[in-house]
Amino acid sequence: MITIKNLHASVDGKEILRGINLEVKAGEVHAIMGPNGSGKSTLSSVLAGREDYEVTEGEVTFNGKDLLELSTEDRAREGLFLAFQYPIEIPGVSNINFLRTALNEIRAYHKQEEISAKDFLALVKEKQKLVELDVKLTNRSVNEGFSGGEKKRNEIFQMAMLNPKLAILDETDSGLDIDALRIVAQGVNALKSKDNATILITHYQRLLDYIVPDYVHILYKGRIVKSGGKDLALELEAKGYDEIKKEFETAE
Amino acid sequence: MSLAETKSAVTQQLMEQLQKQASKIAFMPDEEIVEAIRQLEDKGIPNNKHEDYKYCNIEAYIRREFKNVEQSFGSLGAADLAPYKLDEAINLVVLNGHYSPELSEKVIAKGISISALNEISGSDKQRIASQARSASDSMIALNTVFCNNGIFFKVDRNNAIPMAVHILYVNTAEKPSLVNSRNFVYLETGAELTLVESFVNAGSAKVFHNYVSEKLLDENARLTCYTYQNEGSLSYSAHTNSVKVNRHANYSNTTITLSGELVRNNHNVELAAPNCEAHLNGLFLTRGTQLTDNHTLIDHQMPHCESNELYKGIALDKSTGVFNGKIFVRKDAQKTNAYQSSKNILLSDDATINTKPQLEIYADDVKCSHGTSTGKIDTDALFYLKARGIGEENARKLLLQAFAEEVIDRVEVESLRERILQLFEKTV
Repeated sequence: MITIKNLHASVDGKEILRGINLEVKAGEVHAIMGPNGSGKSTLSSVLAGREDYEVTEGEVTFNGKDLLELSTEDRAREGLFLAFQYPIEIPGVSNINFLRTALNEIRAYHKQEEISAKDFLALVKEKQKLVELDVKLTNRSVNEGFSGGEKKRNEIFQMAMLNPKLAILDETDSGLDIDALRIVAQGVNALKSKDNATILITHYQRLLDYIVPDYVHILYKGRIVKSGGKDLALELEAKGYDEIKKEFETAE
Repeated sequence: MSLAETKSAVTQQLMEQLQKQASKIAFMPDEEIVEAIRQLEDKGIPNNKHEDYKYCNIEAYIRREFKNVEQSFGSLGAADLAPYKLDEAINLVVLNGHYSPELSEKVIAKGISISALNEISGSDKQRIASQARSASDSMIALNTVFCNNGIFFKVDRNNAIPMAVHILYVNTAEKPSLVNSRNFVYLETGAELTLVESFVNAGSAKVFHNYVSEKLLDENARLTCYTYQNEGSLSYSAHTNSVKVNRHANYSNTTITLSGELVRNNHNVELAAPNCEAHLNGLFLTRGTQLTDNHTLIDHQMPHCESNELYKGIALDKSTGVFNGKIFVRKDAQKTNAYQSSKNILLSDDATINTKPQLEIYADDVKCSHGTSTGKIDTDALFYLKARGIGEENARKLLLQAFAEEVIDRVEVESLRERILQLFEKTV
């Protein structure tokens, strides 16, 4: 699905990612954990194509294509989805209009016809149930006046609507109470299939109780310093990040 | 003082135009004309040395673009006007500043009277120039001296006109020309009207359009106005609205400016009696080297009045946008509520926006607030849309449309709103 080789990236001349290697196959769930400032959000931003970041070295192959050569919108059209840590409020653009435009641009990219209004509304109805999103919210402006939990659920709702191949969930658990976390996790689990893959970026182990990863990676100072199964997350939770910091500080 | 005694170069040039004009302005009282000429002699055509015209040097435009004014206009048939008319409105036509009953639709609604300005008499005639005072602004003075035969429009007491009235101002200059159009809109006590005024250019030469409108709302009247300016790159214009609002009356105006090489809007509203209100909204989109300059003045003279202003602008290329919002709260105007907001987007490094709130408050128990912001398109929002597969161009369009719709949505005449939305979408 996606292969990341020796990825280096910097922002304002400061190197944040310092050689990331990662391979994610279809059907897999990977968790990337790490302390604040380790480069977790930079990684998701670079993969989604945010222009503030400069890739200085390395390559990323997504479904056989050079991801770094693609524009942000083409990455999305190829099936990459980033659930934002801080979803943006866009006053005046209705959720529905936004999603229909997005869906149709993705369809046009794949030389498919525009979705009919009837089919689109049926899809909306089906998918908003998945994350228990209030019908009223789908008609409002994108994220405007949404609570933190509603914004995160809206991200998963969009993911359900666009049906991506690879979903990157950037700290989707942050700021969620336990009920919202459960709803979001249920949504993500329901969307999982053997043909798609998920990367969970998180600070806490808590989310992984609900979405069980196949692999866990620990990111520290811009590199993946340790990889393992789901038990690694539990180990990390027990020991805390300080242990990791000590271990790899001295190793450097 | 006679017309011939004037001396300054620009007024001299304009005086020559006046003498060329076939019809004299019978409806304008002589003393108003003398007063206007005095103002022109004294202050000249507004230029950037006048504080209110700092960014809008009309004199320079006239000197540069209207050196040889020939006052030559083409003719126009009913069929030519079809694209400018509005379906759900009574369409009236003002051609090169003259009210044209032949091109206008018959008004069958009860309670409306429409006359050419030179046909009115009695108390109505005395109202002319009572609100738009030459001494306050040279563009008014210029219009007072040179105005053509515009419309006097009246809605009788307690009549609510069910259909919108659309006054279409169309100019057809074939050689560089000056047009001074004028109207008076009078709503008697309890009258209600929705008025659309649209400004277009069907000519092939440069035209300077100097428009002055006086609007008077008696007690309990409600006047909802939409101004649609789309005069194109051959047009230079100054628009003055002098509005007087009486007790419990409600005035609102939404001005949408989508083209025009120079568009200066002076919107002056007197809240002249207690418990009345005014709502001014504006949206402009400037391109190329265009300049749109919105100046508003809301004069709170009496207690318990309310005013709201929302002005938005988008500037592309090397264009310039200006918003200057003056709010006066006089000593007697206690319990005033006045709000003003100006928001702008710059789409190019060479575009300029100047925005300035000006509050002068002499009463002590009032609520006034203002806010202004100017920035580039929100790159976070742009990234968010693109990250969902929406291409750069559509993403920008979605964001600009959302920005503009806050104003466009206030246009409640559907066919006009649709026309504006379509053109806006095509332009950005």
